[in-house]
Amino acid sequence: MNVLAYLIPISLILGGLGLGFFLFTVKSRQYEDPEGDARRILSGQYDDHPKQ
Amino acid sequence: MTATMRPPASACPACSAAPAAEALAARAAPRDAQVMLSLPTIHCAACMAAVENALDGVPGVRAARVNLTMKRVSVETDAGVSAADLIPVVEGAGFEAHELDATALGATATDRAGRDLLMRLAVAGFAAMNVMLLSIAVWSGAEGPTRDLFHWISAGIVLPAIAFCAQPFFRNAWSALRAGRLNMDVPISLAILLALATSLWETTLSGEHAYFDAAIALTFFLLTGRYLDHRTRSIARSAAEELAALEVPRALRLIASGAEETVAVSDLAVGDLLRVKPGGRMPVDGEIVEGQSELDRSLLTGETRPVYAAPGTDVSAGEVNLTGPLTVRATAVGRDSSLHRMADLVEVAESGRANYTPLADKAAKLYAPGVHILSALAFVGWFLYTQDLRVALNIAAAVLIITCPCALGLAVPAVTTAASGRLFRKGLLIKDGTALERLAEVDTVVFDKTGTLTEGRPEVTNLDSFARPDLEIALALAEGSSHPLAQSLTTALRARGIAPATVEDVTEVPGHGTEGRWQGRTVRLGRTTWTGGGTCEVTATWLRVGDAPAQALRFTDSLREGAREAVQALLEGGKRVILMSGDTTPAVESLANRLNIPQWMAEALPADKAARVQALTDEGARVLMVGDGLNDTAALAGAHVSISPASALDAARVASDIVLLGRSLAPLPEALGVARRATRRIRENFGIATWYNVIAVPLAIAGLCSPLIAALAMSASSITVSLNALRLR
Repeated sequence: MNVLAYLIPISLILGGLGLGFFLFTVKSRQYEDPEGDARRILSGQYDDHPKQ
Repeated sequence: MTATMRPPASACPACSAAPAAEALAARAAPRDAQVMLSLPTIHCAACMAAVENALDGVPGVRAARVNLTMKRVSVETDAGVSAADLIPVVEGAGFEAHELDATALGATATDRAGRDLLMRLAVAGFAAMNVMLLSIAVWSGAEGPTRDLFHWISAGIVLPAIAFCAQPFFRNAWSALRAGRLNMDVPISLAILLALATSLWETTLSGEHAYFDAAIALTFFLLTGRYLDHRTRSIARSAAEELAALEVPRALRLIASGAEETVAVSDLAVGDLLRVKPGGRMPVDGEIVEGQSELDRSLLTGETRPVYAAPGTDVSAGEVNLTGPLTVRATAVGRDSSLHRMADLVEVAESGRANYTPLADKAAKLYAPGVHILSALAFVGWFLYTQDLRVALNIAAAVLIITCPCALGLAVPAVTTAASGRLFRKGLLIKDGTALERLAEVDTVVFDKTGTLTEGRPEVTNLDSFARPDLEIALALAEGSSHPLAQSLTTALRARGIAPATVEDVTEVPGHGTEGRWQGRTVRLGRTTWTGGGTCEVTATWLRVGDAPAQALRFTDSLREGAREAVQALLEGGKRVILMSGDTTPAVESLANRLNIPQWMAEALPADKAARVQALTDEGARVLMVGDGLNDTAALAGAHVSISPASALDAARVASDIVLLGRSLAPLPEALGVARRATRRIRENFGIATWYNVIAVPLAIAGLCSPLIAALAMSASSITVSLNALRLR
């Protein structure tokens, strides 16, 4: 059962990283236009210069 | 422009403070401006690229970005580029565009409450997933110290997470309790807190069952419902605000020196002299003191025929000046103007509208007391039976958790989100949360005529009865005027490939028409009294060549796109359709016949319309009112549910529950269908949630409900409800 001493903190840290990244995406407004972003990737126009 | 904006201090003592204020404003204003346009018809990647490329090609535009979710484009421009410059570009690219107020938009772009909810949702999701991992280990057989360790770790994650995530529920529940009421949040908060308390107690005693996972999963599902609800509302609210901010009311006031200054309408006083340019709208009630012109009263009264105006004519706020510049002396401003009297009528109508109780509130009213009684009974019963507080409390908590309205909390928001998303893609904006439910009940549809079923744009009908030379003269004369009838005539004649005759000295006589000389003879195109024409029962302009008798060019109002289909589909759907207009009887009758509308009412005053809607309501009909004018606002506010096109006046849009963003009326019947299906889904969802409870509650009361069963019931009901809602998309 000693393995739990590693596994539980590891899983919490990984989950926490995921949460951190999510909060970052919320703060940088990446959910303002989900539909538009989903379609922009279909166009080759933004391949070299992502739309700001 | 600058000369009128910054009058010398001597001309106007009140303006002496202005330079300082202007300097302040100039410093505060950003150097580059932002323009927002609403694009109701865009729908794909190609549209986005087309709009962005078209706008990027305009000099002065720095960047354009389309937001497809909100159907709008934000354009960063150099100062001096305005929406008026950009709209033709977008329309040239083939898309409808309307200006939006960027400052009103700034408030909604930083949607604090929405992001706050999203953060809480994220934290709850993170905590729920981690705790679930630990709980699964417990359920699959962890025992003794391992189980205790897992419970303690769960407690360590869940307690701070709940303290952060469940705040919205706690706050709502607290304010409800303080006001002596019960709402959905009271049982929710109680369930969460009781689950935490008993779980902690169990954990300290090395007990077998802990409900940490249930408490956090509950919070997660309920926050999802809240977030969906908030999103639907905020999209609708922001768009409604932007539309409301469209018309910035300004007027041109004549000052002593004879110059004009631009002032806000709210600053006008009785006796002020105002200049109203052709195409401008009367800002106040007043009397014409100088100039001749024609007035378009259609927004106020529904009349399509322009009215002749000369010194002495009374004008009302909201009328549009068509041909010549007018000087108007204000006789009633602000509260006293006819616009405001109309607003008072709206207030009366609104107070008469039956207080509609949304389905969710009805469910909550039944639900909240029921849950508390059930849980309290389980507690008392088990306590009497076992004399063990711990067992009794555990079971009471289990009952509260099982009955907790995860599915109920999702039942309505999930459906309204799906339905309003679908309607938004069709070009309908739901402004009011209960509008969908009310729309589903509609059995009678009342249409306004001018501007709603018709474009409010004249179309000439009898060109075939004219000889070609006459048409050539008419075209030459019509091109000399910006009057709506003349412009429509020009378009129609050009479309027939007719070239203008050589007419010399074409001059426009404001309020009368245009005049010129053709082959030595005087030719006139204009009002019947000026050209010597007869009477005509429909809107008409008269052409007179030399001494020959004047001939009438008859006009009819062109139908709005989709009007015929919409009326047809409504009639086929078994709805009662009524046409109500302030226009003349022949005009209304001919339109009613064109569209096969069986019932119509002409020359209706605003109060008549409202009274008729009220009478229908009293007969038990559920009335949907579709209208755009000021004369419709009272009826819009009084109807069971109301829709107005985006081209409608502020007051009408504010009074209505749903705004039609595009030009076409075609989405109307579908909106009714979607609303009916949405209401059915909401009821189904309530049914599903109830069935889960009917199965799980007896288990909980019997003390057979383990945390595993609670988790399964909760997740299964929430997911079924969401999937059921998604069937609407």
